[in-house]
Amino acid sequence: MSSTATEPQRHQTVELDRVVIRFAGDSGDGMQLTGTQFTATSSLFGNDTATLPDFPAEIRAPAGTLAGVSAFQVHISDHDILTPGDAPSVLVAMNPAALKANLGAVSSGGTLIVNADGFDERALEKAGYPSNPLTDGSLAGYRVYEVPMTSLTLEVGKEAGVKPRDAERSKNFFALGLVCWLYSRPTEPTLTWMSERFASSPLVLDANTRAFKAGYHFGETAELFEANYQVRPARLEPGVYTNITGNNALAWGLIAAAHQAGLPLFLGSYPITPASDILHELSKQKHFGVRTLQAEDEIAGIGAAIGAAFGGALGVTTTSGPGIDLKSESIGLAVSLELPLVVIDIQRGGPSTGLPTKTEQSDLLHAMYGRHGESPVPIVAARTPSHCFEAAIEAVRIAVTYRTPVFLLSDGYLANGSEPWRLPDVASIPDIDPGFATAPEVGAADDGENRHSGDFQPYRRDEVTLARPWALPGTPGLEHRIGGLEKEDVTGDVSYDPVNHERMVHLRAAKVAGIASSVPPVEVDDALGPGGSPVLLLGWGSTYGAIGAAVRRVRARGLDVAHAHLMHLNPFPPNLGEVLRSYMDVLVPECNLGQLSKLVRAEYLVDARSMTKVQGQPFRAAEIEKAVLALLGIDPEAATSSSPQEDVAS
Amino acid sequence: MTDTAVPVTTRKDWTSDQEVRWCPGCGDYSILAAVQMLLPDLGVRRENTVFVSGIGCAARFPYYMSTYGMHSIHGRAPAVATGLAVTRPDLDVWVVTGDGDALSIGGNHLIHALRRNVNITILLFNNQIYGLTKGQYSPTSEQGKVTKSTPFGSLETPFNPISLALGAEATFVARTHDMDRKHMQETFRRAHDHRGAAFVEIYQNCNVFNDGAFERITGRDVRAEELIPLVHGEPIRFGTEGQHGVVVDPDGRVRVAEVAQVGEQALLVHDEQREDPGLAFQLSRLARGPYEPTPIGVFRAVQRPEYGDAMSRQLLDAAEKRGPGDLEALLHSGGTWTVES
Ligand code: SF4
Repeated sequence: MSSTATEPQRHQTVELDRVVIRFAGDSGDGMQLTGTQFTATSSLFGNDTATLPDFPAEIRAPAGTLAGVSAFQVHISDHDILTPGDAPSVLVAMNPAALKANLGAVSSGGTLIVNADGFDERALEKAGYPSNPLTDGSLAGYRVYEVPMTSLTLEVGKEAGVKPRDAERSKNFFALGLVCWLYSRPTEPTLTWMSERFASSPLVLDANTRAFKAGYHFGETAELFEANYQVRPARLEPGVYTNITGNNALAWGLIAAAHQAGLPLFLGSYPITPASDILHELSKQKHFGVRTLQAEDEIAGIGAAIGAAFGGALGVTTTSGPGIDLKSESIGLAVSLELPLVVIDIQRGGPSTGLPTKTEQSDLLHAMYGRHGESPVPIVAARTPSHCFEAAIEAVRIAVTYRTPVFLLSDGYLANGSEPWRLPDVASIPDIDPGFATAPEVGAADDGENRHSGDFQPYRRDEVTLARPWALPGTPGLEHRIGGLEKEDVTGDVSYDPVNHERMVHLRAAKVAGIASSVPPVEVDDALGPGGSPVLLLGWGSTYGAIGAAVRRVRARGLDVAHAHLMHLNPFPPNLGEVLRSYMDVLVPECNLGQLSKLVRAEYLVDARSMTKVQGQPFRAAEIEKAVLALLGIDPEAATSSSPQEDVAS
Repeated sequence: MTDTAVPVTTRKDWTSDQEVRWCPGCGDYSILAAVQMLLPDLGVRRENTVFVSGIGCAARFPYYMSTYGMHSIHGRAPAVATGLAVTRPDLDVWVVTGDGDALSIGGNHLIHALRRNVNITILLFNNQIYGLTKGQYSPTSEQGKVTKSTPFGSLETPFNPISLALGAEATFVARTHDMDRKHMQETFRRAHDHRGAAFVEIYQNCNVFNDGAFERITGRDVRAEELIPLVHGEPIRFGTEGQHGVVVDPDGRVRVAEVAQVGEQALLVHDEQREDPGLAFQLSRLARGPYEPTPIGVFRAVQRPEYGDAMSRQLLDAAEKRGPGDLEALLHSGGTWTVES
């Protein structure tokens, strides 16, 4: 870390190039709000940021227990970063349980800012501490700052005229104020945000504002901190930025895609973690003509989306793994109907209810194969929170162009994580042509024998895309019936003919495979040119940041490694086989037990190695770096100790 | 949609070129005929008419109509139809379903479509058996029913579809049967004209697996004595001479009585528009099964905002308040900052 002392006032201000802070407390302590607001302030200030919210599945798990700890990690930096950081160097812990649950993640010699009032005997016991870690010397390796946050908050709450029980709730704002001071954040953005957010209850606003200011002033006046810090704005690409979570980017991408296609957007969805925020966001955007139906169950959500698609809307359903299980039969129906449909899976830990609030990438094979029969479905995956916008547009493009259900895979990490996003030029978002059928297609001359000659033929395919016509009810002359029973090629009549069935199975497969011709080749980040480095890291989805950061670290050592990242999982980009074969070693880090590596091994007969992690947490850059070093024949143990930074600038 | 007059059509115009594949003698034929012959009279267009079905014998219905249609998956037709109806309020959306499709695997979708009052017309072909899977008991089969899957008799209490629909907050609830085309058409017409979810139970004979299930009440010679026609605003009475009627006892019980004994004045006057569905529910419980005098006709027809209309209104209100959606504004809505070059 570069550190230069500036203006020796009462406190020194030390410059840092980056810092990783984790806020941790009880689920009810408002740590997500605190972290989100700290991130927003830092983004506005001009830092690059990346976040990792981590909260329990229970809304209010028993207070003070390890199970109830909710944490929010944010990485702020003066250069462009790819991950929320491997290990926080600062932990704000509101109680013993928060300390205990998160201490292991803190980097050695890190800073602990603890709410000293939270460390009474009962709280220690609930957290399972036999003795008080603040006094028993067990935290000797850290810089510990004990701040009586609760009592100081109660004091200003009294001034505001708030009852003590309510006043205590403002203590997260005290913590926020303190950390804002510690990292020289401007107070204005937070004060403005608070005045909007709590506009409806002036008393709460007053108490929170006082707590926030008290925290800020405490840092400034108490002789506790030797210094405060400054992380200068990052030199990001010029442009207008906003801070965006994956779920919001996804919702906006759907709106943009529907707009560019000139289609009304319809969402059929059943509430489920971590996908519900998409439903919430889209429900707000009614002035875009967005219709949202909170369906009676997962099946109805997709059923209604299919019905809407039949009528000419952009039908979308959003869910997570358990919902995909329930929707499988309906996805098969959409494959048979050959109607545009976007199925969004915000993956979480499974099987079954699994880890509802934790991230995983374990639904890839389900998206690929999780239906009876030969039932091919294209798959698109988002790689960062802001990339969800682009991925949504791409999923819609494929669905509409090829008249097919499309899987869009995101996950809990992308869904709730945020990053600054340079806003795209709205005019540059490509149009999508729904190409509705307009007039009955007259049968070709050689169809003379066909009794449908001259009638509308709902399964007569486009020669290039193999897509069938999208004929909307309300159009005279195009009346037709579709359904889940096998169709006769061209006419779409029900057919049990064995040869026809085989032809239709091949046609559906060929249609999806043919999407590859509309997909750009996968780009390889290799300083030595394609095939140059000894190892290729192949990733998909949310491992993008960790793999990218690992690549930077390996390169910072003067070593070479390449990175390719897939947005299209079915079909794969046309050049993928060639790329994979050009590397001696291919390593596939995934938050599952090796699902992509299985697919590429089967598809291309390459000896791709799998690297897996299924802890409900994203990869750390260091973990991937270590695996690459091992492949390069370098002792990872020796290497780790000399590892300079966790997310070096590129 | 066009402004020109609806073209004059006949049954033939509403009939598709697909060969009808129900068993010969199946009650489904007469329902299909009733619908195909009624549609020319409804002043609607073929291209604006959609039939959506699930799975089962009845669910083949859309293939036989020359309209738009979708044969979806088991039980899900009300959900599919909901998505279509709320996004396309200009269409006439019909749902054709059966007792297994609507009341067993798709029960959840049925009750929620009714509760939301989506503008769909649901025709439930109730034959009290699973036909397509060759004869297992259904959720409307009588207790004790011996079938392939209940060789020792069914243990289950059947659903009363009318009671179920009323309990699900349905705004239009009716019953008819496959032996009376005129009554079917009158009922279907009323259901079609109802804005909101309309539910029609049709007693339908499955002559292969459950032949004669309704014969004791719908047979030509017994009908007058066994079917109780519900006519809005009229005293409820039936019988060859109109000698039976329905009365409400002082304790609130609804029962069949002899007009000669209770007097005409005592007969219950049918009011399908009663806000409280309680009386309609009691009427639906009058017969314990299709073997004793059973009410047919419209049990309930009340007005309540239609779901799709209400949804469209929210969209219009939002556009009025906030102006039409603007992508640029949306992307900037979360607070932005500028990085200068
Ligand atoms: S099985 Fe019964 S309901 Fe089905 S078509 Fe045959 S007779 Fe009709």
